[in-house]
Amino acid sequence: MSVAPAETITYRDAIREAIREAMLADERVFLMGEDVGAYGGCFGVSRGLLDEFGPERIRDTPLSESAFVGAGIGAAMGGMRPIVEVMTVNFCLLALDQIMNNAATITHMSGGQFAIPLVLRMTTGAGRQVAAQHSHSLEGWLAHIPGLKLLAPATLADARGMLAPALADPNPVLIFEHGSLYNLEGELAADAGAVDIERAAIRRPGADVTLIAYGGTLPTALSAAEELATDGVEAEVLDLRVLRPLDDRAIIESVMRTHRAVVVDEGWRSGSLAAEVSARIMEQAFYELDAPVARVCSAEVPMPYPRHLEQAALPQPGKVVDEVRRMIGVPSDE
Amino acid sequence: MPSLGADMEAGTVLDWYVKPGDTVKRGDIVALVDTSKAEIEVEIFDGGVIDELLVPVGERVPVGTVLATLHPVPAEVPVPVPVGPPAPETPAPPTPATAVTLPPAPPSAPVPVAAAPAGTNHRLRVSPLARRAAAQLGVDLSVVSGSGPNGAITKSDVERARPAGQPAPPVERPATPAPPVERPTTPAPAREPGDRQAAMREAIGALMARSKREIPHYYLQLEIDIGRALDWLRDANLQRPMNERLLPSALLLSAVARAAAEMPEMNGFWTDGAFRPGGGVHLGVAISLRGGGLIAPALHDADKKSLDDIMAGVRDLVQRARAGRLRSSEMSDPTLTVTNLGERGVDLVHGVIYPPQVALVGFGAVRERPWAIDGMLGVRPVVVATLAADHRASDGHAGGRFLTLIERRLQKPETL
Repeated sequence: MSVAPAETITYRDAIREAIREAMLADERVFLMGEDVGAYGGCFGVSRGLLDEFGPERIRDTPLSESAFVGAGIGAAMGGMRPIVEVMTVNFCLLALDQIMNNAATITHMSGGQFAIPLVLRMTTGAGRQVAAQHSHSLEGWLAHIPGLKLLAPATLADARGMLAPALADPNPVLIFEHGSLYNLEGELAADAGAVDIERAAIRRPGADVTLIAYGGTLPTALSAAEELATDGVEAEVLDLRVLRPLDDRAIIESVMRTHRAVVVDEGWRSGSLAAEVSARIMEQAFYELDAPVARVCSAEVPMPYPRHLEQAALPQPGKVVDEVRRMIGVPSDE
Repeated sequence: MPSLGADMEAGTVLDWYVKPGDTVKRGDIVALVDTSKAEIEVEIFDGGVIDELLVPVGERVPVGTVLATLHPVPAEVPVPVPVGPPAPETPAPPTPATAVTLPPAPPSAPVPVAAAPAGTNHRLRVSPLARRAAAQLGVDLSVVSGSGPNGAITKSDVERARPAGQPAPPVERPATPAPPVERPTTPAPAREPGDRQAAMREAIGALMARSKREIPHYYLQLEIDIGRALDWLRDANLQRPMNERLLPSALLLSAVARAAAEMPEMNGFWTDGAFRPGGGVHLGVAISLRGGGLIAPALHDADKKSLDDIMAGVRDLVQRARAGRLRSSEMSDPTLTVTNLGERGVDLVHGVIYPPQVALVGFGAVRERPWAIDGMLGVRPVVVATLAADHRASDGHAGGRFLTLIERRLQKPETL
């Protein structure tokens, strides 16, 4: 337990502090991406770092995801510890060849001669009215790829503490920062440090149903749990944290306590992470289930621009509450 | 063919669950009958050995027609009861030629097998956890009613069904007959949804016309302050898990049932020019069906049931009514009907009595109203209770006393 005084900090600041700390601790660490230098990062994460560390270590890149992600992979193979920022997960599709055919496979293809200690950070998710080319949650696609580790920090402690172990990992690690979380503000111990990047975490204990969420849907699940508590339904909220490899044990242990599960996932339902989690529960805890696993996902449409349509397309606490009520069989007055 | 309600004139045998030689006991479900309102499971009144099935599947016969004959069992001879799907000995090859061995098809075309909706099969919906719990506790799932999504049986349903006095399973047929095999041998007559709607409308119309034609109704109404009852209910529900919470309607039903036990002249039948008290308080619970129509099956011995049992009983009736799986005794036994139109937002109900019953109690919506007590004005939740009663069987004086008894019960919710 930390004894340092807590300080008020935002999610954005927590990530910046993590980058600063990594750069101060290890000369091999550098940051590269579109507008990360002079502009301070598209979401303001790297503001001030150029002045502190100079253009050698805070590098603006051309608008070519394939090129700079590939450069990052090469640097990692060459012994550096690159942090590559991709503006949004939508744009990482331009670098998908580098991510999948190189980052995820070179260790295997080289017979273990090369490690790829690369960290790829990217913003994900909707809710900010930036429409269908900047808003999607494609974590599920990337979680399909063996050889990658995927992290989804949803708390200040994780925003602050996941980067160091990600850089220490000899394999490529992708960190998804949900755009709606950057302004999340709260208290964090001044000396908050590394966290584990293996396990899921229970963010709220409960006995009646498990709400499984990650990244941007964690606040959704917590607020649904809050509302359900007023009905006397105690929802357990499980934050996946690590999207690949999934912490099956935490998921199954929670379901064995509650016997019901709702997966809250901002990705599209078909072929989603929610589908994967649901399938694993069915495979490993079928005889513990008192109701079919339910999913609350985004509507299967390109993310709309108008605010009311965007909100309607996203998983909302009310939809989660409705799912739980239906599942628990809240009596309806006939 | 039993009369499954005063409005039924004929019924169609959809399925036999027994065959000649089977041993049955009182209360066993032997057949499935389609009235114009619903598919009803027919219970048998006497035990014995089935001799002959006289009415084949698919045939429509008038009420009173003998459906099957039965030999009484001489003594307590333990005859092994055959278990198995109704016709497993003659599995139908998948060719239409076997149809010639079947009873004559009804005028309407039989339902093509492939078109049989999946929802018509008999497989119980049981959660995996509940199925495991039932195996551990030795609970027969075929007698458990489900409270989960779409009527699925959950673990808590199984646990509720476990306590002492667990009734012997009344159903001897296997819990999970294989419907895909069973279907081809029993081409039930096609009844288009539209047909059923129309037939039900017709049946309700005939019965209600008869009620208004024959029964001299009188009407009374009483506004009841149910603040105390709702407060009590809220406190009681705080102690309960979500799925075991009580609804206000359980209080209303219990109050009516207990008042009816004290007022036998409200609880029974008018037949052959005279009043006949009901043997027990079997409340007919008016349930509106999806897609229209109405059915009022019996909640047996409601005056002796706890609030939990009333809740569970009503939930079970609603689910089975909507699934078209009511039992014959539930259709013919109601002694007094209760209709609650509060959810529809109306203030009060002037009901039409369900012949041959002699009374109907209606409730409107619970509304907050200005309410004066002891010279002070306050805001209280109020519900209007109405009584429609048969003047041949009772007078307004008795009717008034009945409504007052209901009110008194609702003032003492702890006695319900």
